[in-house]
Amino acid sequence: MSELPLPVVTPLTEPYWKGLEEGELRHQKCRGCGHVWLPAREECPRCLTADITWEASSGRGRLISWVIYHHSSDPVFAERVPYNVAVVELDEGARLITNILAPSEDLAIELPVVVQIEQESGFSLPRFRLA
Amino acid sequence: MRGTAVIAGIGQTAQGKMPGRTTTSLNVEACRKALDDAGIEKSMVDGLFVKYPTSEHRSMYAQTMAEALGIQPRIGGVWDQGGAAPSSMISFAAMAIEQGQCEVALVTIADNPRTGTRQAYERGWGDDAVFGWFGTPAGYAMVARRHMEQYGTKHEQLGAVARACRRHGANNPDAQLRRPLTAEAYEASSFVVDPLRRDDCCLISDGGAAVVVMSAERARQLGVGAPVPILGFGQGQTSWEVAQRPDLTSTAAAVSARTAFAMAGLAPKDIDVAQLYDCFTITVILTLEDYGFCAKGQGGPFVEDGRIEIGGDLPINTSGGLLSESGMPGMQLVTEAVRQIRGTSTNQVAGATTSLVSNQGGIMHTHSTLILGSS
Repeated sequence: MSELPLPVVTPLTEPYWKGLEEGELRHQKCRGCGHVWLPAREECPRCLTADITWEASSGRGRLISWVIYHHSSDPVFAERVPYNVAVVELDEGARLITNILAPSEDLAIELPVVVQIEQESGFSLPRFRLA
Repeated sequence: MRGTAVIAGIGQTAQGKMPGRTTTSLNVEACRKALDDAGIEKSMVDGLFVKYPTSEHRSMYAQTMAEALGIQPRIGGVWDQGGAAPSSMISFAAMAIEQGQCEVALVTIADNPRTGTRQAYERGWGDDAVFGWFGTPAGYAMVARRHMEQYGTKHEQLGAVARACRRHGANNPDAQLRRPLTAEAYEASSFVVDPLRRDDCCLISDGGAAVVVMSAERARQLGVGAPVPILGFGQGQTSWEVAQRPDLTSTAAAVSARTAFAMAGLAPKDIDVAQLYDCFTITVILTLEDYGFCAKGQGGPFVEDGRIEIGGDLPINTSGGLLSESGMPGMQLVTEAVRQIRGTSTNQVAGATTSLVSNQGGIMHTHSTLILGSS
């Protein structure tokens, strides 16, 4: 039985995954300069301080780009082709890799999207649907 | 420094499937051929610049290479800049020579992903693998989609890049893939990761290539047969991962090119022939724009109508590039640029006096440029 390649939860990323379990997509925010980003980092990439907090995102954003896999060397995803992977920018400014829950013919750059948290293999994953 | 350093010799192994050949062995063969081509003894080499093998990560690799070559270089090391490394290492060698840190440098790369390991190219991207985000081609596909949506770039225009490289490779007896590509065959080829088809993706190859760098003055003293002057070089780093990059369709290749053109005292219109890193067809289109060969967004129309083929305004990748000659990360573009200035390419651009190389690594994370020319 092939297994999904699951995230490795670390002390750094634990608040992110915990937030999703609780139904909330979170980003990191610098208390000093207000910069917002994902994925989790130890320091703010803008002002380089480590005074960082987690904050709830609106879960709303826009589609930056997407691809459709027609082949995968991973056994789980080989069974899922064709599937999409997308880059989404949240309204607050953080960007993340995700899947869009829509047929590929409906996709276009800059379309508004909204998060839809889905359970899979014990993880709560932030996927997006068209808004 | 314009023209003060030269490429004095080039060497290249066969490219393709070479089962059992280590990267060390491929590097040594490439270096031996480059030294022979320059007509010098290895005892003269006091600089050694080696690319980190993409397919096989190991530490202290430059020391392994120096031991295999039986030399004790004063200066050198391993450079980890992916496919941008060849032109960068040549630049650092030229600067080291200028500053008296060495006199004769070997710059070499080799990889064996075809018959060795290719895990580096297929791995998932950390925690994002849970979304099915795997592999290098997908990163370029993400850039390609944005470019197509933003600027109207068409599949046929990506195909025009592949067709140009395949036409040139077909006429290069040393190319790994010597089968020309028709527009129909391109359109019929299957998607690997949409919008990229199989024929948009470079070859996977075992192989090595090396060059000898020295000052123009030293080359004269040694009676080197066909030294090719280095007129300009530059680098630029985009650095952001694909998902984090604020603008997916612009790269720091623009910075790299601007630095190199300024050093050479040249502009895009002065370039007779260009070797543009073509790991994927979209890379060439972005590079043409970022180098200023055309306006941003116009790379698609620019590659149409044979403009980038032999006989066109700007022939590119005249030995076939990564799409047809070899998937080796970048030094084959340098050796072909040298051949163009020497007048010895199998797809020679008549009277070429300026020859440009664009190298880049990661997913357009890091860039380097080299401009060669008859002085």
